[in-house]
Amino acid sequence: MSEPVLKINHLKTSFRIKDEYFAAVDDVSLTVNKNELLAIVGESGCGKSALAFSIMNLHTRAKIEGEITFKGQNLVNLSTAELNKLRGKNMGMIFQDPLTALNPLMIIGDQIGEILLIHNKNMAVNERKQRVVELLTKVGIPRPEHVYTQYPHELSGGMRQRVVIAMAIANNPELLIADEPTTALDVTIQSQILDLIKDLKEESHAGVILITHDLGVVAEMADRVAVMYAGQIVEIADVYTLFENPLHPYTRSLLNSVPTTNEEQSKLHVIQGVVPALQNLPREGCRFGPRIPWIKESAHEKNPVLHEVSPGHFVRCTCYKDFHFPHEDKEEKQHVIS
Amino acid sequence: MSFLEIDDLKVHFPIRGGFFGRTLAHVKAVDGVSFSIEKGKTYGLVGESGSGKTTTGRAIIGLNKITSGRVTFEGKEITDLRRASKDLRRDIQMIFQDPYSSLNPKKRVIDIIAEPLRNYEKLSKAEETKRVQELLELVGLSPESILKYPHEFSGGQRQRIGIARAIALKPKLIIADEPVSALDVSVQAQVLNFMQEIQKELGLTYLFISHDLGVIKHMCDHIGIMYKGRHVESGTTKDIFENPQHIYTKRLVAAIPDINPRNRNEQLKFRQDVKQEYEQAFDQYFDDEGLAYPLQPVSDTHLVALPERG
Repeated sequence: MSEPVLKINHLKTSFRIKDEYFAAVDDVSLTVNKNELLAIVGESGCGKSALAFSIMNLHTRAKIEGEITFKGQNLVNLSTAELNKLRGKNMGMIFQDPLTALNPLMIIGDQIGEILLIHNKNMAVNERKQRVVELLTKVGIPRPEHVYTQYPHELSGGMRQRVVIAMAIANNPELLIADEPTTALDVTIQSQILDLIKDLKEESHAGVILITHDLGVVAEMADRVAVMYAGQIVEIADVYTLFENPLHPYTRSLLNSVPTTNEEQSKLHVIQGVVPALQNLPREGCRFGPRIPWIKESAHEKNPVLHEVSPGHFVRCTCYKDFHFPHEDKEEKQHVIS
Repeated sequence: MSFLEIDDLKVHFPIRGGFFGRTLAHVKAVDGVSFSIEKGKTYGLVGESGSGKTTTGRAIIGLNKITSGRVTFEGKEITDLRRASKDLRRDIQMIFQDPYSSLNPKKRVIDIIAEPLRNYEKLSKAEETKRVQELLELVGLSPESILKYPHEFSGGQRQRIGIARAIALKPKLIIADEPVSALDVSVQAQVLNFMQEIQKELGLTYLFISHDLGVIKHMCDHIGIMYKGRHVESGTTKDIFENPQHIYTKRLVAAIPDINPRNRNEQLKFRQDVKQEYEQAFDQYFDDEGLAYPLQPVSDTHLVALPERG
């Protein structure tokens, strides 16, 4: 089953802040296999979107180092013209906000048709129109001929996201990147869109990278999960292992802080402190260390690396061995204003 | 007599157009909603965008004009809160959804939190500073930050400033409109825990508006599900999650992703079954205009919008 579509090796994406470069994605290595859905999960500011944008090379002013191997080429070294041959054809992207991802002045049919035209100049007009209608049908849009002539503002959020998905899959890409595809949508629409992405994956056997902050979505969708914190992957495992035997303190803290509908929790776990800003990231030692101060210094590695604890299950730093949640009684009692 | 009673609340917005901006029609944002909240409890209002849940909350606190219906708070009618006595208004406060736009960026933290105090209590400068510092400490922010501006805080910290402002006058009822939707999960946990703590300590009653059923289940004692401006179901948290009766409620419950990946296939099947049922049985659950029927009791606590039988 494991035929890699995408291989990322020691990827480092840095942004310039006042003449200094800071790595938002720091030494990330991963592979995405054919017919596999890899979820990348983390809080805002952990670098998950920066990673997705690096793969597509959509950053305008970032310094990207490392290797992104896709179809035998290193994407990092390609020129824009060479990249444009791949983007939209071999790799498609679904963006977070479907309204800003669409051109408000173009009818839906022309927007999807444009992608077909760019990558296949010889396609006849009729054939193109037929293919667009076919795509709209595939993503579950009712009355596709009518929607073909509509503008984005005439569609609801869920329908717009379906159009964005139709654009992403127009040329049957081998790799699909979905960056928070359902964050802007209602729950019932969210489940429809996620089921659609899953069906499309099953059908095309494409590799999919799903970026999300919602652990429920991860549990429903993913084959494998990478948890990111402060620009690094802190844990990566198949979805069952990750939810049943999470090891890294960050993964465990995240899982404990979500209110779920199927179990009773009296109190949610709170991760102390905040995700540090890019300029203030600790560049040495365990990056999650400052947020679990009750774990002694010696539990952390000096330069934390990923350890393979079981086949395919990697955890960064050794602090997971000594990690425990703080006891309730340790928490400070806050007094009430009289 | 309940603590807060909403009786047949309607909020209609006019659609203006034509030559003289005449009223052409109305958007019935809230169309006959009734519920009550007991003191010290949390009532959750759930629905998708456009269901009228926020409008309901805003109407209670007087930010939207009520078209008809009655709102009674501690036995006193407050339907027109703008004309209600000043004391009543201080008892109801609101926490807003977006911690970025609900704090004035030009004001310092002390001025933001002290504004309600200045409206209602005559305090000296020193007393006021002390109160604001106490409030900041209560919400877990350092008292030294009174001179900072909102942009110097993170999203979770800002939301806590919003909460400090809401509890400054020790209100009895807080309307929380999607207080955690804009926040990351770990910060969300912090704000939710905190809201529960101050509820116990100050004896607060919450009207909690959210689209996230996980959060709602965690926080609420009673839940009302809204669809197109009407309630489709209301009951205790147990009623709604363990015994949903209305097809729309079932659909919402089915749409929540399950945190256990082993249940994923069952969940998918469940979702598809409910979807099929929803499509087939839509007409049985909604009237000719696609709106919900009036609520009928199915048990002491559980009300469902079903057509009258017989």
